[in-house]
Amino acid sequence: MDALLRLEDVRKSFGPIMAVDGISLSVARGEVLGFLGPNGAGKSTTMKVAVGFLRPDGGRVEICGIDMWARPVEAKRHLGYLPEGAPLYDEMTVRGFLKFCGAARGMSGSGLKRAMEEAAERTRLTSVWGQGIGTLSKGFRRRVGLAQAIMHRPDVLILDEPTDGLDPNQKQVVRDLIREMAKDSAIIVSTHILEEVPAVCDRVVIIARGRVVAAGTAEDIAARVPDGAEPSLEMAFRHLTTRESAGRAAA
Amino acid sequence: MRAFMAIVRRELSAYFATPIAYVFIVIFVALAGVFTFQVGNFFARGVADLAPFFLYLPWLLLVLAPAVAMRLWAEERNSGTIELLLTLPLTTTTAVVAKWLAGWLFLGVGLMATFGLWITVNWLGSPDNGVIALGYLAGWATGGVLLAAGAAMSAITRNQVIAYVLAAAVCFILMSMGTPLVQEVLGGALPAPVAEALLAISVPSHYAAVAQGVVTLADVVYWLSMTAFWLFINVLVVEWKKAA
Repeated sequence: MDALLRLEDVRKSFGPIMAVDGISLSVARGEVLGFLGPNGAGKSTTMKVAVGFLRPDGGRVEICGIDMWARPVEAKRHLGYLPEGAPLYDEMTVRGFLKFCGAARGMSGSGLKRAMEEAAERTRLTSVWGQGIGTLSKGFRRRVGLAQAIMHRPDVLILDEPTDGLDPNQKQVVRDLIREMAKDSAIIVSTHILEEVPAVCDRVVIIARGRVVAAGTAEDIAARVPDGAEPSLEMAFRHLTTRESAGRAAA
Repeated sequence: MRAFMAIVRRELSAYFATPIAYVFIVIFVALAGVFTFQVGNFFARGVADLAPFFLYLPWLLLVLAPAVAMRLWAEERNSGTIELLLTLPLTTTTAVVAKWLAGWLFLGVGLMATFGLWITVNWLGSPDNGVIALGYLAGWATGGVLLAAGAAMSAITRNQVIAYVLAAAVCFILMSMGTPLVQEVLGGALPAPVAEALLAISVPSHYAAVAQGVVTLADVVYWLSMTAFWLFINVLVVEWKKAA
């Protein structure tokens, strides 16, 4: 399968801090990649580089074979992105916001209307359609963020902690949506909630301190526990990402 | 073009979504009245024109333009929405120019709110309305330059107060370089060509004559190139922040 999203040896530092230290990964159409790591491991920075918001110090980002920094506008056409915390324009209504996002992506007329309605339906936003975003609950805000990310049916979908802070019902809605979107898209989902990984992700990449420390299916990774321990994703995660073992696992 | 207009519309409506915009316009109009009638000795002059208003207008814009500019980028960076904006399929230049245009249109609304003064002088006498119209255009063009400089400063920080202070400082420099007092000091301290160059790029040197009814091609070129220069700086700052 051809990869729709490809990161090659991406590096990014902030002053003396190496946030992303040579991360490579690729995601094909129909695939959901779980991007895991402890807080501060470089997940969000990697995603910001992947969507072209941050310029990497080195390495390459390709969206549908288009180099992000050589042809950014073209690459971003194929991209849907939910930033961490789902930042939104609070003074707009849900309808006004989705209309803006669609128009800014070049949609108009009946095509724009259809995309807005479809996105609202899939993210279950119709009940708050005319409401100001600033007045919405956390769950609804997250769904508005998701709606703008999927409304143009992007080939590549990058979701930074889409279920963080949601209640179990809301989490389920988001997981279902991701599974549904995965039929036509390549998706990266970052999370530190391990329980949802087997339910949502086909493949997992675990990073720690800016480096990939493990990659494979959730089952493969769950088996990478210290000798004698029961296979479990949580145990493997802790084993792979703690300071003592991170260097060894990477090597 | 569709993306450009979408941003202009969004930005413009964002100004009016909060009461702050109305507060700015009210303060601006009130100050315009004070400077025209009180400080400018409107009644003592006994002439029905807007010369006192246009004399002080650039200094009023020095207060208003940074206020309009400060939120343009700092607010987006602070709320995180800048991640949405800069991952849309559009160039940084499109976003920069669209944001500036929205602010400039808002400045235009602020200027229009002072039309009461124009009506007043027409009611009191028969002023040269061509000169007044040109004065307004010169003020709007000057506001465009100051706004572009302010927007570039807004892109530096996520704090709107800091953005305002930086914008006001840069606008003050652009303004004061053209005043006789500063020119005198600069003339003594700098070689003549440098002092002359600073005068040429200062805002008042291209505003004063136009506000009195004389517009030259050089003034128009100045406004266009100066605005373009600051918008370019704005693009550079946004791009630099991506790499920082």
